[in-house]
Amino acid sequence: MSSSLQSLNRSATGATGPLAALSDALWRRPGLFVFLLLVLPVLWLGIVYLGSLFALLIQSFFSIDEFSGMIRHEFTWKTYRELLNPINLDIIGRTVLMATAVTIASAIVAFPIAYYAARYAQGRWKAFFYLAIMLPLWSSYLVKVYAWKLILAKEGILNWLFTSLHLNGLLEMLLAIPVIGGNSLSVSYIGTFLVFLYVWLPFMVLPMQAAIERVPQNYLEASADLGGNPWQTFRHVLLPLALPGIIAGSIFTFSLTLGDYIIPQIIGSSRLFIGQAVYSHQGTAGNIPLAAALTVVPVVIMAVYLWVAKRKGAFDAL
Amino acid sequence: MIQTAVEFAAVSRHFGDIRAVDEVDLRIAEGEFFAMLGPSGSGKTTCLRLIAGFEQPTAGQIHIFSRAMAGVPPYRRQVNTVFQDYALFPHLSVSDNIAYGLMIRGQGRSMRRRAAEEALELVRLPGYADRKPGELSGGQRQRVALARALVNQPKVLLLDEPLGALDLKLREQMQDELRSLQKSLGITFVFVTHDQGEALSMADRVAVFDAGKIIQVGTPQEVYHRPRNAFVADFVGSSNVLPAHLTESFTGQSCPASLRPECIRFVDTGGCLVTVASVSFLGSATRYTVLLDGTPLTVLSDNAQVAAQPGREVRIDWDNERLHCMSEGHE
Repeated sequence: MSSSLQSLNRSATGATGPLAALSDALWRRPGLFVFLLLVLPVLWLGIVYLGSLFALLIQSFFSIDEFSGMIRHEFTWKTYRELLNPINLDIIGRTVLMATAVTIASAIVAFPIAYYAARYAQGRWKAFFYLAIMLPLWSSYLVKVYAWKLILAKEGILNWLFTSLHLNGLLEMLLAIPVIGGNSLSVSYIGTFLVFLYVWLPFMVLPMQAAIERVPQNYLEASADLGGNPWQTFRHVLLPLALPGIIAGSIFTFSLTLGDYIIPQIIGSSRLFIGQAVYSHQGTAGNIPLAAALTVVPVVIMAVYLWVAKRKGAFDAL
Repeated sequence: MIQTAVEFAAVSRHFGDIRAVDEVDLRIAEGEFFAMLGPSGSGKTTCLRLIAGFEQPTAGQIHIFSRAMAGVPPYRRQVNTVFQDYALFPHLSVSDNIAYGLMIRGQGRSMRRRAAEEALELVRLPGYADRKPGELSGGQRQRVALARALVNQPKVLLLDEPLGALDLKLREQMQDELRSLQKSLGITFVFVTHDQGEALSMADRVAVFDAGKIIQVGTPQEVYHRPRNAFVADFVGSSNVLPAHLTESFTGQSCPASLRPECIRFVDTGGCLVTVASVSFLGSATRYTVLLDGTPLTVLSDNAQVAAQPGREVRIDWDNERLHCMSEGHE
């Protein structure tokens, strides 16, 4: 009787075989399912990522012997103290300023694009938008940077454009600005900044667009209904609600700029950024501890940035 | 003399090929509780959005207190809206939500706080100023949305299905409260609903919408007892529609007529003989479907009257003045 009932049940659901048995077992034990889901990512994150980060952190507490050039495997703050000498502080300051400028500029440039994509683009235009934003990410990063070098060079397209529009004076005025100017755009901080802005812009646009899209249209209507003009609606409703997305985008642009060592090497003045300093210290100089300590700097800066953002309520709307 | 609060003159709003609002003429008096009633997609919500300024008419003119509204954005209209799903700002506290309009107009923090607390008293939700909208129940959110609109002292308050998300008990309670609030404040209320009971019980006047047009405007009694056509008769409460030949045999007039189910009674003698087709018990009353000469009629009767079984023959009667001749037939 009971076996016939069982077969009746089986035929009711119509599923037999090992795969069905497996899915039934997983359904009955959701804990096992979550475990299987997470085991690979956790191994990856735990061993490969956190492990190497931890190894890096340990390295930064060692120091290098000035005479022999060998690493002394003893705990010391010496390497961190070295960070505070003027040369390294200069590098850190320059990098943080550049990352800040790039982040603010990409937020300003990305907002209209993201707003248009989230509020107006539909169907085919939306697909076109995604393609236009993502397309630059498909081609090699090096190709893009070298292309920019040609665009920004003294004999480059941009210079030619300014000359043919008789705006040469404007470009020269720009390049005459102390510190950020230079001989041509391709060897100035302005050039470095423009290329950073171009290369990281998609990382700001995409999270921003997702955040704006999540703000229901009727919040904006409610604000207008209560007397808010478009600027006030932006300031009091859209911006606070989209802020987590903007912060997410700024984490990308800020940390990518902090760590990059190729763009400032190809385009810009010869002065170093953190990434370049790390690269040279761990390479030819063989000063792994100082390279490690320099790498900890962006990590600390990002941690402080996120902490301040949280304190200021940037994630309250999440 | 009573002013006209809202006036539509041949207003249309088309979305591509769809005529959401089709040449609507409308006049809402100051201080009136006006309901726009209709099935979904009938154009009532679009009419509300036209008053609020979220939509611009494709054709025609809208006046609010004699001011032409063409090209006037929502934030320059003395009109406030209670949204269907309330649209409370999730990142602001209840009091900041209520005082949003005051903040926009540059009022100081302490004045805003006081106004918000007064408004919370008005909607019977004192002590909730520092909560976030996410911490409130549906009914409480509804009250906050109401307070947020009223604190601006609008000349017209628009309500878009404000009670739709509430359960039955709460809805009935809010109906009474809204009604008495409107009477005490004297603000013109324009209320959109698909619930005919709500429209009939609350409004001074009801406009019945169908397919982008207003079919009939009148007091709840007029709309209920003298529906202009079969659509109104059917949508506003349930109704029997007698075909023209049947009406003629009772009144001598040849027109389709509406007859409300509660106007029919069972009698022992006289009246006419019908067959009971089905019986359903509703709690406070019983609904019968009977066949009169092949035409199904619904009869609503209190439970005290004789219960009839399906298949039995019974006698029914009504006062012929309850038969309301409709100018238009089925469309």
